[in-house]
Amino acid sequence: MDILFTNISNSIALFVKYHRYYLRGTGITLLVSFFGVFLGVFLGLILALMNLSKNKILKGISRSYINFVRGTPLLVQVFIVYYGLPLVGFDFMPDLWLVVIAVSFNSAAYVAEIVRGGIQSVEKGQTEAARSLGMTQRMAMRYVIIPQALKNILPALGNEFVILIKESAIISVVGIHDLMYQTDTIRGISYRPFSPLVFAAIIYFIITFSLSRLLNVFERRLRAGDQSI
Amino acid sequence: MIKVSNLNKSFDKLHVLKGIDEEITQGEVVVVIGPSGSGKSTFLRCLNLLEHPTGGEIVFEGIPITDEKNDINKQRAKMGMVFQQFNLFPHMTVLENITISPIKVKGLPKIEAENIAFKLLKRVGLYDKADSYPSQLSGGQKQRIAIARALAMEPDVMLFDEPTSSLDPEMVGEVLDVMKELASEGMTMVVVTHEMGFAKEVGDRVLFMDDGIIVEQGTPKELFENPQHPRTKDFLSKIL
Repeated sequence: MDILFTNISNSIALFVKYHRYYLRGTGITLLVSFFGVFLGVFLGLILALMNLSKNKILKGISRSYINFVRGTPLLVQVFIVYYGLPLVGFDFMPDLWLVVIAVSFNSAAYVAEIVRGGIQSVEKGQTEAARSLGMTQRMAMRYVIIPQALKNILPALGNEFVILIKESAIISVVGIHDLMYQTDTIRGISYRPFSPLVFAAIIYFIITFSLSRLLNVFERRLRAGDQSI
Repeated sequence: MIKVSNLNKSFDKLHVLKGIDEEITQGEVVVVIGPSGSGKSTFLRCLNLLEHPTGGEIVFEGIPITDEKNDINKQRAKMGMVFQQFNLFPHMTVLENITISPIKVKGLPKIEAENIAFKLLKRVGLYDKADSYPSQLSGGQKQRIAIARALAMEPDVMLFDEPTSSLDPEMVGEVLDVMKELASEGMTMVVVTHEMGFAKEVGDRVLFMDDGIIVEQGTPKELFENPQHPRTKDFLSKIL
């Protein structure tokens, strides 16, 4: 019992001592995830529209991209972007940008599938009504279909954010000082291989759990005020 | 106003419209009846190219709209359509539903579009619903709004695709009343419906369709009281 107690109190002391590392790491993790999703939604929307377009070439590009990204590990993608982009002229980019791009390229493929599902879930009659009023396909998308689709997919997008927060731990392998990287640093300098990881896990859990709770509340609000159908 | 010649439509192997010739003139109310699966809705949906014909030609106000180079959006703006399922935009208020197209397609200033919308709302008896959302309306109210939305584009012809078929019986009347009023004002209308009472009362001409062709047509009196074709007789005997 005494050993357990000592261990716990030592660990807490360790956390207090190194809490700045955790704090900084958490900041970077949130930053990368947030911008990853943000850019991912933007790219994903474009990919989804390409995927749904009648143009076979656009559709082909989008489908291949989505399939490639979904069929390869994020770790590989991060390496490819991190080492590849500087080789093709993006060597001016700070490391942080590179990983944000890598993460958002990855996220875009998943978001594209979410958006496609959202757009396809809007009834066909909506497009027909819009077109029958003289709207072009583009107008119908913009004013009628996408607003309804976005509302349908907001929960899924929030979920994607939560997933990215966890998955982004991978960027520590290229030396980005995110939560995982900082945890490793603490393990090194404190000669304690185990307890820093527990705190990292706790922090990841607190963020993702409270975020999904928040999203639940948000989703319920959305439903309560839902004027549609 | 609308001239249809040798209209054909196939869905893969299913031949739905088998050569339809028809002319709809200005101010006419044409009612299309027939058993389900006879192609009457497809016929109507071909008129504004919601379905693309696989053969034949449709000329609207002198313009061959089936021509590939034609920009159908211009003609669609002059052809109002009312659907069985209303298809109101659920994320917009009633007022927005009615004004979106005049504003975005015709480029009307918002104020002007809203003036038109309020006049139409008064006409369909739903002036007080301008700020409601479609989900807050009954079926009959939704359909009246859908009619107002189509009218806001000031169309030359109105197409009705079974406008009362998904309504509760007690709400059919209010929608038909709006349609009757519209007809009496001289609007050109093509109406696919199962409401024989409406066909008799309002129709200038009734088309009976079966199996992808117009089997028989005439004034309501001719068609309902003295049908010539055995298929027409058979259909009428089942529903009257």
